[in-house]
Amino acid sequence: MSKHIVIIGNGISGITCARHVRKLSKHSITVISSESEHFFSRTALMYIYMGYLKFEHTKPYEDYFWKKNKIDLIKKFVKQVDTKNKLVLFSDGSSIGYDTLVLATGSKSNKFGWPGQDFKGVQGLYHLQDLENMEENTKGVSSAVIIGGGLIGIEMSEMLRSRKIGVIFLVREKNFWDNILPVEEAKMINRHLGEHHVDLRLEAELKEIKADSARRVSSVITNKGEEIPCQFVGLTVGVSPNIDFPKDSGIETQRGILVNEFFETNVTDVYAIGDCAEFRVPPAGRKSIEQVWYTGRMHGETLAKTICGERSAYSPGHWFNSAKFFDIEYQTYGNVPNVITTPLSSFYWEHSSGKICFRLVYDFQSKNLIGINVFGIRMRHEVFDRWLSEGRKIDYVLEHLPEANFDPEFYRKYEPEIIAQYNMESNKNLKLKARKGLLATFFK
Amino acid sequence: MENNPSISISNPLPPETDTIQKIGLILFSIGILLFIIAGIGVGSEKPILFFSLSIGLSVGGALIYFIKKYLKEPAGVKNNRVWQNSLTSRGIFGFIFGIIITGFYVVLYWFPSVLDNLIRLMDPLSNLIRGKDADQWFLYGTLYTLAIVVMGIKAILKYRHSNYQIVRTSSIMFFQLGFAYLIPAVLQLFNHPEFYFSYFWPLKYEYLFPSTVNYLSEQPGALGVFMIFWGGVMTFIATPILTYFFGKRWYCSWVCGCGGLANTAGDPFRQLSDKSLKAWKIERWMIHSVLVFIVVTTSLLWINSYYQGAVLGNISGGFAKTYGFLIGAIFSGVIGVGFYPIMGTRVWCRFGCPMAAYLGILQKYISKFRITTNGGQCISCGNCSNACEMGIDVQAYAQKGQNIIRASCVGCGMCATVCPRGVLNLENGPLKGRINDNPILIGNKEAKLIL
Repeated sequence: MSKHIVIIGNGISGITCARHVRKLSKHSITVISSESEHFFSRTALMYIYMGYLKFEHTKPYEDYFWKKNKIDLIKKFVKQVDTKNKLVLFSDGSSIGYDTLVLATGSKSNKFGWPGQDFKGVQGLYHLQDLENMEENTKGVSSAVIIGGGLIGIEMSEMLRSRKIGVIFLVREKNFWDNILPVEEAKMINRHLGEHHVDLRLEAELKEIKADSARRVSSVITNKGEEIPCQFVGLTVGVSPNIDFPKDSGIETQRGILVNEFFETNVTDVYAIGDCAEFRVPPAGRKSIEQVWYTGRMHGETLAKTICGERSAYSPGHWFNSAKFFDIEYQTYGNVPNVITTPLSSFYWEHSSGKICFRLVYDFQSKNLIGINVFGIRMRHEVFDRWLSEGRKIDYVLEHLPEANFDPEFYRKYEPEIIAQYNMESNKNLKLKARKGLLATFFK
Repeated sequence: MENNPSISISNPLPPETDTIQKIGLILFSIGILLFIIAGIGVGSEKPILFFSLSIGLSVGGALIYFIKKYLKEPAGVKNNRVWQNSLTSRGIFGFIFGIIITGFYVVLYWFPSVLDNLIRLMDPLSNLIRGKDADQWFLYGTLYTLAIVVMGIKAILKYRHSNYQIVRTSSIMFFQLGFAYLIPAVLQLFNHPEFYFSYFWPLKYEYLFPSTVNYLSEQPGALGVFMIFWGGVMTFIATPILTYFFGKRWYCSWVCGCGGLANTAGDPFRQLSDKSLKAWKIERWMIHSVLVFIVVTTSLLWINSYYQGAVLGNISGGFAKTYGFLIGAIFSGVIGVGFYPIMGTRVWCRFGCPMAAYLGILQKYISKFRITTNGGQCISCGNCSNACEMGIDVQAYAQKGQNIIRASCVGCGMCATVCPRGVLNLENGPLKGRINDNPILIGNKEAKLIL
């Protein structure tokens, strides 16, 4: 029987769900967003500002795709959901009925009630509208302050530096993103920020934002009492689930919309996925709220199966993630805590340039691979995923490291250096097993 | 950056265009100005002086500017403002620049007398390396080679974090300077036929025309026969073998001068190629039609030659003339390069080049080459598609975790270079599993399948 599936939110979670429902069924599908008519890649917003791309390049599908796949798009703002009558109510007074409702409303930027946080020239970066505001707010600006040392903060730094705007970056922690990264990696990024003339101020917090008579930001005051003149303030202290209207609709929420492992909310036929969902019981080793592109996609894939009749629990594989900090690429597979303590141990190698490194986390007793961090070298997701599943020992991983190398041809290979250091530290004599060179081209 | 509010002493913000860069730009402008003045006829008495000053200053100035511009920033992808700059985003300056280059090609092909003063400027160099006065093609070849060398150095500076780009760009510069410029010149110096060892049929279509083969075979000594042999072997034996191992990139983005210009001088315009499905459909019809056209033309010429004109009369000659005018001159030259700032850099390679069509068929069906994607790491940002000069929507494959196997891919490697998450890689691997139509995005144990 054909149902009407209404999905609120056209980000990666909602759209993945819609696409997979379409592949698996003939249900009618409507996707609602007030942000943009078509799906775009949120992670690419920075490249629009920097001039690498235009907005249309960030749309992963050509515009004809939606009609061809019979996915209806509505660009309206949702005011409330009437779960009793199964209606979505829009701000313009109109409404639409549903059989199954998927909430994929994403996040919104955190603001912690700082004095002056609503002055002109103060903003976060999450929505397309934030990007438009940033374009406007940074016109003629020569100096900016960014608050919060995470991924969006460093992206915003890169954006501003691409326009030669001076950036002072206030980070509460001892090192950049060190609530996620171990200290060596975090310090590497500290140094790289300096190379790009970002003035990084560690253990610095925002106290107050001051404005001129036109209510435009003129300076910030830090927890150390220092006043920093600026014309733009980026607030990038994380994001939290966007749950304004679900909260008013009788759908149970806490920090996010509460769901079980099937993404079911407390209301029948209403589901929540992506950034806005909060697991009542998170999957093993996972957080209760997952705010990553990749997890959003997996939520959407999984829920589509449930909607199409095969009730499926969310069961993610090994953790992975990636990012890019100015020029330094970062990949991680498996689990790498920021502080590595028993029963875990780690091996760390850093290239003399100070811009390339590799960390291997393992179980001290069993010597099993737990996770890796890699900066400045590309490695194969498939290989590490397999090694993690197979429970490989670190000696095996190090010997077979060339197999995992995903760097382009002619790139320098660092595996010999890595294994040499490991041999020295552990008094072993491991040798590299695989090869990846020009000759191998002819023989594989 | 006046009124710099940064209070950090260790991190003074560098200005966007510093004094040394400005000096470079001034020298470059003087050089270009002198070249234009020489074009009007001033300096015809002193060609060596004007030649050295105009070329020397413009090349030197450009190099000073580029070296300073790129080396003062850490190595890495920098495509700041390409879609905000009028010249590189089909703005007014882009159109003006497009009209200038298109105009240059029109003059070069059909009104070369306009360029007479500039051609005379080339006489000293032409006499030195070719032993005879310059003509319009020598002027063109010299400017073309200079563009590849200077902008090649710029490309190497810009992409210096990528050894693939460094090696590949060096190869392009080497083949243009040596095989497509100096060797043909020196051959003429020693009274041998002018021959380009880096161009083969069907791109250099006349190399397998009966007239050329007859002409070369009548040359004294073994060189002429060697040239025929070389052309035949490269087209029919070396091309399939090399393409099997490396994909069409061994030619299109490592050797060919057309690709060479696109990847050096054309690099700022690479993002302008049309990525739509519609453009892909047009591309397939056009490029394969051109291949059929040249195969038919060449066959007719040989049939005609065999029957000594008895069967076809002048039809085959008409075919050859039409091909030469429509494809050889208008398509590959005027549109191919003139439209860089409008349609991107590989218009000719993508829609017209019969060699690319031939290599593409080989690459698609019998080659170890593919672009692989890295598990589930794609974030659909669109940088790869944007960078693709052949208009391939790379992202459409990457976000599904599917290998990219496309006839048109020239293997420039720029999608992999610009990818911020390390998702793409050019690889030569086993044929088994090369085409993965039903890929799985790693990370989710629950949901498998789906494109």
